[in-house]
Amino acid sequence: MTDAPFAISTPTVGASVRAAEAGAAPKMSARNLDFYYDGFHALKGVNIDIAEKRVTALIGPSGCGKSTLLRIFNRIYALYPKLEAKGEVLLDGQNILDPSYGLNRLRGKVGMVFQKPVPFPMSIYENIAYAIRHYEKLSKAELDVRVEEALVQGALWTEVKDKLKQNALGLSGGQQQRLCIARAVALRPDVLLLDEPTSALDPIATGKIEQLVAELKEHYTIAIVTHNMQQAARCSDYTAFMYLGELIEFGATDKLFTKPAKQQTEDYITGRFG
Amino acid sequence: MNVAVPTAESPVAQRLYRRRSLTNTLALVMSCAAALFGLFFLFWILWTTVSRGIAGVNLALFTQMTPPPMETGGLLNAFFGSAVMCLLAILIGTPLGIAAGTWLAEYAGARRIGTVIRFVNDILLSAPSIVLGLFVYTIVVAQMGGSFSALAGSIALAFIVLPVVVRTTDEMLRLVPSQMREAALSLGIPQWKVIMQVLYRSASAGIVTGILLALARISGETAPLLFTAFGNQYWSTDLTRPMASVPVVMNQFAGSPYESWQVLAWAGALVLTAFVLLLSLLARAILLRNKISHD
Repeated sequence: MTDAPFAISTPTVGASVRAAEAGAAPKMSARNLDFYYDGFHALKGVNIDIAEKRVTALIGPSGCGKSTLLRIFNRIYALYPKLEAKGEVLLDGQNILDPSYGLNRLRGKVGMVFQKPVPFPMSIYENIAYAIRHYEKLSKAELDVRVEEALVQGALWTEVKDKLKQNALGLSGGQQQRLCIARAVALRPDVLLLDEPTSALDPIATGKIEQLVAELKEHYTIAIVTHNMQQAARCSDYTAFMYLGELIEFGATDKLFTKPAKQQTEDYITGRFG
Repeated sequence: MNVAVPTAESPVAQRLYRRRSLTNTLALVMSCAAALFGLFFLFWILWTTVSRGIAGVNLALFTQMTPPPMETGGLLNAFFGSAVMCLLAILIGTPLGIAAGTWLAEYAGARRIGTVIRFVNDILLSAPSIVLGLFVYTIVVAQMGGSFSALAGSIALAFIVLPVVVRTTDEMLRLVPSQMREAALSLGIPQWKVIMQVLYRSASAGIVTGILLALARISGETAPLLFTAFGNQYWSTDLTRPMASVPVVMNQFAGSPYESWQVLAWAGALVLTAFVLLLSLLARAILLRNKISHD
């Protein structure tokens, strides 16, 4: 780490965090968050607010910790041994890293969509209904309504309404990803985490997902990790630039992309590295 | 620094090309010959089984009991015994094997004990089946006052089923992409439900194939039954009594000097081979169908 192209002083975020707060109330906040992969220090003292019903994009070169940060927000990292998060992540003021905060309760509130679409090996209908059934006892008619609602929100309803009983694995990649989004919103979560949701998709499917993200922020707080800076610029309200495990700059997207405060941010968004 | 780059037309390149095509042809001929060599014996075995066995395949084979020497009869009691013991072995071995394989794939993680169990399971997988027979003789037959029983036979066969099912379950679950686990868990669904309702579905074709192949394997096993189920000349449905089975009857009849017994042994061999062939085809069909639906 000593040969990093630039040294980073830790307390860089304060001003931009406040800028973000001015726009909307924070739904989730990380406070002095550190993360270790079997001893490797992957996140270093990250402070960030994810604004309610806004889209926050996390950008940065590969390995900068943006996906790691996202994967802490629903504690999916806990699936693997030797990973450790220190610090606080607040969801509505409660620390979700506290072991007493129920894992499944957290994941019911914070949904996630992954890079690679992974429909479950069941019908399109069941993919959505499966998780709803786990949380709520609904009649068939009520469930039908919920499934339709989720698929409409996932911008998939018109394409699949006549083949709900078909295997979800028969859908195209872009449709599968929208199914995954629909599956996540079917639980009516507060926060939606999108981990490079379009990197496995073609440009048309990507466009549909981005449009969908814009629609979904009316109801959900969204954090999206992306490799694609144009995507961050197009569909986010706030952008965080991360590098080598640190949050370098965080602020309103238009400001970050037009007048970045940090030299590193400017170097990255103008394509000088990363 | 004037290095001559050989073009495709240059004599050097031509020579290289000729030599490579020659090597390629040679390798192709040799691997084809090796494959044909193996297939030749396989078809020879099949041909012998069919040509010798077909004479004994008739209605009596499936309706009459194993006869005394020099008399005619069938293999009904042996077919029934094999079916009962194999089925029971699958019923004992499969749930245990799936549970153990699931633990290995989903819960053991990087723990050393998981590696140890996998290793031990692989040893069990390749253990000589006669050893398993002797083991069950010691822990079941000898404890029951030395009385051979169909139950003991089933337990011996279950020891063959168990490691196969453990291995396939473990491997098939580990083939399920970790994103599938993450996606299901990130919906807040508890791990056991994710395993039962999502991961098993993904891995089901592979696991079922493993069970079918285990069934194919035990249906032809003789050694584990010699000291456990023993054999029975007569019709018996009592699990606590000795029971006939096709491989044991074949072992006894094929080595006998009586022609009627020899004919029955060959007929049994043919039926057994056909059964195993069908099971393998079924296993392939299940795997293939699953592959297509996943694309």
